[in-house]
Amino acid sequence: MTTETKTPLVSVRDLNVKFVSREATVNAVNDVSLTVQHGEVLCIIGESGSGKSVSMRALMRLLPERRAVISGKLAVDGQDVLALKGKELAAFRGGEAAMIFQEPMTALDPVYTVGHQIAETVRRHTGCSFEEGLARALELLELVKVPSAKRRLNAFPHELSGGLRQRAMIALALSCRPKLLLADEPTTALDATVQIQVLILMRKLQQELGMGMIFVTHDLGVAAEIADRVAVMYAGRIVETGTVQEVLTDPKHPYTKGMLSSTVHGNMRGQDIEAIPGSPPDLRALPTGCSFGPRCAFADSHCLEQLPPEVMLGNDRLARCFKVDAAPAAADAGSVPA
Amino acid sequence: MVKKAYGFDKPIAVQYGIWLGKVLTGDFGMSIATGRPVTEELFRALANTVMLSAGAVIAAFSLAFVIGTFAGYRVGTPSDRAVTGIAVIGVSIPNYWLAIVLVIIFAVELNVLPATGMGPRGSETFNPFQWDHFKYLILPIITLSLIPIGIITRTTRSAVAEVLNQDFVETLRAKGLMEAEILLHVVKNALPQVLAVMGLQFGYLMGGSILVETIFTWPGTGFLLNKAILTRDLPVLQGTILILAIIFVTTNLVIDLLQTAVDPRLKR
Ligand SMILES: Nc1ncnc2c1ncn2[C@@H]1O[C@H](COP(=O)(O)OP(=O)(O)OP(=O)(O)O)[C@@H](O)[C@H]1O
Ligand SMILES: [Mg+2]
Repeated sequence: MTTETKTPLVSVRDLNVKFVSREATVNAVNDVSLTVQHGEVLCIIGESGSGKSVSMRALMRLLPERRAVISGKLAVDGQDVLALKGKELAAFRGGEAAMIFQEPMTALDPVYTVGHQIAETVRRHTGCSFEEGLARALELLELVKVPSAKRRLNAFPHELSGGLRQRAMIALALSCRPKLLLADEPTTALDATVQIQVLILMRKLQQELGMGMIFVTHDLGVAAEIADRVAVMYAGRIVETGTVQEVLTDPKHPYTKGMLSSTVHGNMRGQDIEAIPGSPPDLRALPTGCSFGPRCAFADSHCLEQLPPEVMLGNDRLARCFKVDAAPAAADAGSVPA
Repeated sequence: MVKKAYGFDKPIAVQYGIWLGKVLTGDFGMSIATGRPVTEELFRALANTVMLSAGAVIAAFSLAFVIGTFAGYRVGTPSDRAVTGIAVIGVSIPNYWLAIVLVIIFAVELNVLPATGMGPRGSETFNPFQWDHFKYLILPIITLSLIPIGIITRTTRSAVAEVLNQDFVETLRAKGLMEAEILLHVVKNALPQVLAVMGLQFGYLMGGSILVETIFTWPGTGFLLNKAILTRDLPVLQGTILILAIIFVTTNLVIDLLQTAVDPRLKR
């Protein structure tokens, strides 16, 4: 990872996303800040409904404009994403930043061939002819290791298996050499063997092309495989960040700890799996204090009254909890809290 | 005697078989009322009806598709509610009533369009590309367009709204397409559903409307059927119904083929 002081690829500052409807306001993302350097892979981990997808969509400006209220600063490669309009926005999407979705079954247009869908994207961003776009599409399908790519170019999405469709999605996303790839659980809908193949492919392509990547997943194993750094999200907030090593082997936030100990490992036979008691808070009425407080074994009255600050634990390592001790300097935080 | 002459002594099925056999050779028999060949009457009426229905198809289908798509993009907004409201009114107004109202307004009160008939000098010399002839088409076409506009608008609206809710639209945005390009994808996806309904409406329009053609004394198939029913002109009736049924079935076949051409998933 780079420690240079040049502008990071992604810089998110105090991102808030609210969904406003007549009945209620859903606080889907609250004060999220994160940074991704060029060529770095950040994994966002968190349970269902924690705001991972909403954060990704905010970065691509894909949220419904009428209902989603977005505030904060979003910058990709120095560009203010929230200020983009019309042509600039279209050039940014797919050009600077591309996104891969969870469901390969429904993410492609069923009435156009795979080749067409890639070619029109290439044409859009490079201004080349459709035929040149198709030639590039073939190249890309070969790049993502689609067997008999030439034939698959003229295939409709329903004629491909889930794994191949997701490869086609990756080809589509990479078609204009984006600097940033957002992957929203790209392997969750695939079966285990295919999942690993796709994961290895993505890691390899990311390194070859030197892209930055934000990879959303529920799966800690996947995070361990692909991430440089990890951000843990809970109820629309980032509760802990650090390198993949630090977070997975030495978690600081009680939620991260709970999550790790409730994960099934290979050698856990006969042991009890500890599930975190309770359920995540209602995003329409977040508690005033720590949102994990009501479920936390270490929480006291202080935790329930006040929102814990982000505590710096070291270089790029922080946790949002009263019970962790700030690192005195850039050194790593030694003692495990309470 | 008479029974024998017309073959009425044979069983009905046999009679129908004989008739069909003759039809295959192009012989539809003679009209009882006029004594002229049924084919002559039938195909002249058909040509007249096609003139009306082609107008209604072009006007109604394009208009309905455009406003349906517009509303589908704005589901839940006031403009969508206005469009849906008009569509509901369109399908609920009886078209013979509308025909009479239109005649009262435009022919009787304003005196700008003719009330009935086909051309100033009768149907023989009718030329739709001349304005003073074309005037005779306007009111019948408006009347006939009403129901197809209502039905196709509603179908298009719900098909477009449904497509817009699908995940792939987000992919289209995420890959940087402009809204106009996305619209093309959306329309192509919504088309098979809309085509199915258009096909049905096309079939109905080709059949001619007995009520509308009678009100406007438009000598089409509806008018012919009406006359044949009242005069018990069996050969005309039988021939007309057969041809209309064939048109209906053919239309649906063509629509099925069009649908598979648009949506490759339907091929299996
Ligand atoms: N368009 C929307 N309108 C209203 N609420 C929304 C919308 N999109 C998401 N939400 C809400 O925002 C919250 C966060 O959703 P999000 O999809 O980001 O979760 P997630 O972390 O991606 O979960 P998962 O792991 O299940 O994908 C959820 O409570 C969801 O109901
Ligand atoms: Mg999600």
